[in-house]
Amino acid sequence: MVSANIDVAYVAQLARIHLQPDEKQKLESQLAQILEYVEKLGALDVSGMEPTAHAVPLVNIARPDDLQPSLAHEDALRNAPRQAGGLFIVPKIVE
Amino acid sequence: MDYEAVIGLETHVQLKTRSKMWCGCPNQYGAPPNTHVCPVCLALPGVLPVANEEALRLTLRTGLLLQCEIPARAKFDRKNYFYPDAPKNYQLTQYDQPSTRNGHVEFEFNGTLSRVRITRAHLEEDVGKSTHFERHSGVDFNRAGVPLLEIVTEPDLTSADQTHAYLNALKEILQYGGISDCDMEKGMVRCDVNVSVRPCGTQALGAKIEIKNMNSFSGVRRALEYEIPRQIAAVRRGEKLVQSTRRWDDVAGVTEEMRSKENAHDYRYLPEPDLMPFEPAQDWLDNERASLMELPLARKQRLMREYQLPAGDAEVLKNNRALGDYYEPIARLSKNPKLLANWIINNLQARLVEIMEKEKTEQASLGLEPDEMKFTGLADLKFKPSDLLDLVEMVARGALSSASGQTVLAEMVASGKAPSAIVQSMGLAQVSDAGAIETLCDQAIAQNPNPVADYKAGKEAALNALKGQVMKLSRGKANPAMVGEILQRKLRG
Ligand SMILES: [Zn+2]
Repeated sequence: MVSANIDVAYVAQLARIHLQPDEKQKLESQLAQILEYVEKLGALDVSGMEPTAHAVPLVNIARPDDLQPSLAHEDALRNAPRQAGGLFIVPKIVE
Repeated sequence: MDYEAVIGLETHVQLKTRSKMWCGCPNQYGAPPNTHVCPVCLALPGVLPVANEEALRLTLRTGLLLQCEIPARAKFDRKNYFYPDAPKNYQLTQYDQPSTRNGHVEFEFNGTLSRVRITRAHLEEDVGKSTHFERHSGVDFNRAGVPLLEIVTEPDLTSADQTHAYLNALKEILQYGGISDCDMEKGMVRCDVNVSVRPCGTQALGAKIEIKNMNSFSGVRRALEYEIPRQIAAVRRGEKLVQSTRRWDDVAGVTEEMRSKENAHDYRYLPEPDLMPFEPAQDWLDNERASLMELPLARKQRLMREYQLPAGDAEVLKNNRALGDYYEPIARLSKNPKLLANWIINNLQARLVEIMEKEKTEQASLGLEPDEMKFTGLADLKFKPSDLLDLVEMVARGALSSASGQTVLAEMVASGKAPSAIVQSMGLAQVSDAGAIETLCDQAIAQNPNPVADYKAGKEAALNALKGQVMKLSRGKANPAMVGEILQRKLRG
C-alpha cells in the first residue's frame, strides 16, 4: 500500500542520485519497509497533542550580533576543486 | 473587452546587521571575494547555525511597521535545491511558521490612499553571488548567509505605476525603521513580480506569470509596462497563458520566458533540526512596539495637520527624515511654522548642498575618497537649530528683509554666530521707522520725475521703479511693504 506511493526514481532525481535499475528495485522495497514501520505511528491517538518540529523544550536560542574572525582567504579556498580570481570555480550554471 | 492586471510582489531585503545570520562573518558589501566566509557560511561538515538575535529583532520590528500579526511561535525550515551559490544545498527559511503575517502597507498613489495587504514577512538567508564566464561559473560566498527578509504581498496591485509607488513606500518604511539601507546599487533589495491579467470586473485570477530577480524599482515598472500589454494582447488573440517564469531583459526592454526544468519547484521543505523555534516574549514585543517610530505617511499627514504645511513641503520633510527631524523641534516653538519649513527646505538645504559640494571638490583635489567627508549634513552645522528659528522669526516680524536674512544665514553657516549678533555687526536690521522711510521716499520722488509722471498717468508698474530707488537709498534695509504704502500715499495725495 505504501510502496505504491513512493516514486523512487523521482526522489532519486531530486537528490541527484543516479540509480541502476537493480538498485532502484532494491531501494523501492527497502523504503517501503521503512515507511511501513513509520506508518505504525499513525495508529497512535495524537488528537490532544500539539504538533512540533522539535522534541527538545528549548526556544529562542540566539547569539548577539557580534563579529567573529572569518577564515583566511587561502584557507577558505583550500578545498576548492578549482579557483580563479578568488572565486570558487564550478561547472557553468545555465539558467 | 477590457482587461486589468493583477500584481503581487515578493521583495527580498538585506537586513542591517553587523554580522551574518548564522555566523560572525561581517554582513558587508564590497569586500574581495570569499574573504567574509567561515566554516558555517561555507557549509563545511560538522558546523551548526546560531541565529543572530538582531536579525530576529529587525524581522519582528518590520512586522510591527507593516501592521502584521506576530505569531506566538516561528521556526526555520530547509528549502532543498541544488545550485552552486547555496553551499548547504538548502536555504534556511521560514516556510509554514513565519515570524510575521497578515499586515498591510498604506501609501499615496494618484492622489488617493492605496492599501496593499502583506501576506507575510519572513526571515531567511541570502545565497552567494555567481559570476558567469564563457565556460565556467565562479562563486563568491561573502553574501551567503546574510540575513534576508522576504516581504510577500497579496495580489492587490493593479498597475506598473502603483507597483512602483508601493515599492518606494516600502523602502521608505524600511529605511525609517533602520531595518535596511535598501541600497539598490549594492543589491540590498531584489524583487520577484507576479502578474496576471483578467477581464475587468471578474474575480478569477489568470495564469500567474513570474518575472524573477528584478534589482531596480524602475526596472519593475518598465517590465510591467511591457508585460501587462503583452499578456492582454495574447489573451485577445485567443492564446491560453500558462503559469511560467520570465526574465526581464533591461537592455532589450522585453521579458522572455526562462527554461524551467520539471520538478524545479519541489523543494522538499523540512524543519531545520539544528535551530530551536522562536517565541517572542510579550513584554519584549510591547517594548519594541512602544519604541516604534511614526510611519512616513503618518508623519506627512501630521505635518500638514499640525503646522498647516502644504503637501509638497510635508512630502519633502517626510522623504528627508533628517530634515524633518531638524524641523519639528523648532517648528513646535515657532509662530510661523510654514515660513520656517520654507526656509529649511529652500535656503538651508541649498547651503548644505553648497558646503558638501565645496568639500567634495577640496577632497578630490587632495585625492581623498568622498567617504571621508568631514561634513555629513545637518548635524555638522556650526549653529544651533534655535538660531535658525530666531532668524526666521526676525524675517517674519519684519525686523529683517528676506534678502538680508539670506546674508545672515550665510554668515551663520560660516561662523556659527547667533543671527542677532550678525544683524547688529553687519548693520542689516530692517528699517521700519515710518519717518526715516518717508524721508527716503521724498528723496526718490524728487530725483525721479519720469516714473513719478508715468505713475500719475496711470502706469502702475512705474511704482516698482520708485520702490527700487528707495530700497537702493536705504541700502536694502527699508521695509519693502512700508515703502510701497508710503510711496502710494504720497503720489496719490
Ligand atoms: Zn561565516
